[in-house]
Amino acid sequence: MNKLLSHRVVKPLLFLLALLPFASLLHGAWSNGLGPNPAEALTRGTGDWTLRFLCLTLAVTPLRQITGWVVVARWRRMLGLYSFFYGLLHFLCYAWLDMGFDVALIVRDIPKRPFVLVGTLSLLLMLPLAATSFNRALRALGARRWRLLHRLVYAIVPLGVLHFFWMRSAKNDFAEVAWYAIIVALLLAWRAWQSWRAHRAGITEPQRVTS
Amino acid sequence: MHFIKDRGHRPLRGDSVTPRAVYVDRRNVLGKLAAGSAGIALASWAGRDALGQTASPGKLRPLPAGKSAVSGALTMEKLTPYLDVSTYNNFSEFGTDKSDPARHAGSLKTQPWTVVVEGEVKKPGTWDIDALLKLSAMEERIYRMRCVEGWSMVIPWVGYSLAELVRRVEPTGNAKFIQFVTLADKSQMPGLRSSVLDWPYVEGLRLDEAMHPLAMLAFGLYGEVLPNQNGAPVRLVVPWKYGFKSAKSIVRIRFVDKQPKTSWESAAASEYGFYSNVNPKVDHPRWSQASERRIGDDGLLSKKRPTLMFNGYEAQVGQLYAGMDLAKFY
Repeated sequence: MNKLLSHRVVKPLLFLLALLPFASLLHGAWSNGLGPNPAEALTRGTGDWTLRFLCLTLAVTPLRQITGWVVVARWRRMLGLYSFFYGLLHFLCYAWLDMGFDVALIVRDIPKRPFVLVGTLSLLLMLPLAATSFNRALRALGARRWRLLHRLVYAIVPLGVLHFFWMRSAKNDFAEVAWYAIIVALLLAWRAWQSWRAHRAGITEPQRVTS
Repeated sequence: MHFIKDRGHRPLRGDSVTPRAVYVDRRNVLGKLAAGSAGIALASWAGRDALGQTASPGKLRPLPAGKSAVSGALTMEKLTPYLDVSTYNNFSEFGTDKSDPARHAGSLKTQPWTVVVEGEVKKPGTWDIDALLKLSAMEERIYRMRCVEGWSMVIPWVGYSLAELVRRVEPTGNAKFIQFVTLADKSQMPGLRSSVLDWPYVEGLRLDEAMHPLAMLAFGLYGEVLPNQNGAPVRLVVPWKYGFKSAKSIVRIRFVDKQPKTSWESAAASEYGFYSNVNPKVDHPRWSQASERRIGDDGLLSKKRPTLMFNGYEAQVGQLYAGMDLAKFY
């Protein structure tokens, strides 16, 4: 399996696959196929895919640890960058379609609505991670500091789920939010458990437990 | 974005009254109209004046109606297409996604249907839907509908003033409010399995609000009976309040002496008040109410339009709230 996943077409294929939601939304917007409220459909769609990619990014390490497929670790940065890509699109939808790129209006709106505030915060926290996603940045920072910085994802994802939860709480409609919350909780709990186990076993290498 | 100042009645802009094609190319269009060759869109617009009723889509049973004489009841803004009106709905009894009601409301049985009128009235009783349909002359009214979520539509309803029924059942001196209870039947409504709200859905109006001629009992839209997902067979339409006040598929109308608690108030009192008048100056925690997106009209990239005080019906209903602090009684 490891060998199969290491094939050189797999990563480019994944790259294209991850672009599909974007392509489908773009096509929908172009062909008037997004239903009665296309602006809402675009904002919702990009937001959904941000959360999904964040979950996928967080799933990489547990998947590697459970299956022993070492190669999946190579996809992690790409998936993380896609999370940022969809998050940025999500914000652009809000800023453009809802706010008409009126900066003063946006600045007033963000702190006024708690769910917009945490969503924006989550996206802002993704900025340094996206900005340091290149090999050169990694080398410049040093692996230890880079890894420490990228632990911000443990704040980013829960904030994203909170953003979704507060958005939905207008209608007490939490079924979908609950799925994300459960998945994220499991992915984070796995890490906590691994870290606790490693601690007990006296393993001190930080990369084994936090990567 | 600036807030709209109170300045009483706000005149309509010319371009929202007359389709652009008409004022841009009036002579040509008049010629076409005369020759009977104008496009369907224009024909329906022109027909609104000539026939007194919007052209119907031919999907459900026709519900003929005359033109309404009620002040403010006939906005000349561009209608939201029937497809959008009947597929983009909030009707939690059929699911929480806006496409759910159109998909699931086929299971709603609207015949037979009765509406119980009870409480502080001299003539309580059970009204058959056929009796309600005959209670007063059907009128077509073209209202703006503003959802609390920041979108709006323009819908040609068919029905009559709620006041017609209220007068008929003779409220007692104790009647100060009216509570509207909508159907909650698990066998017909799959959304009831979820606990989004406490069922049945209940709404309420102050008696003087209910007596206002613009508050209507609607039985149809676009010249036909209501699609199930729009609240068939009978619903409330209160155009100056957020859409959720206009209870759908009503089974019980109760006259009471105290302000009844509404479903949304029970769910989140800090977000949904009893009055819920459209008000661009009082924001909802999740949605700015200063502007709105007109479904089926505004393009994807066009700016949202400013929301009007009382949804543009201030001239008609403003006096109902004279002296009230609308930020407190939201």
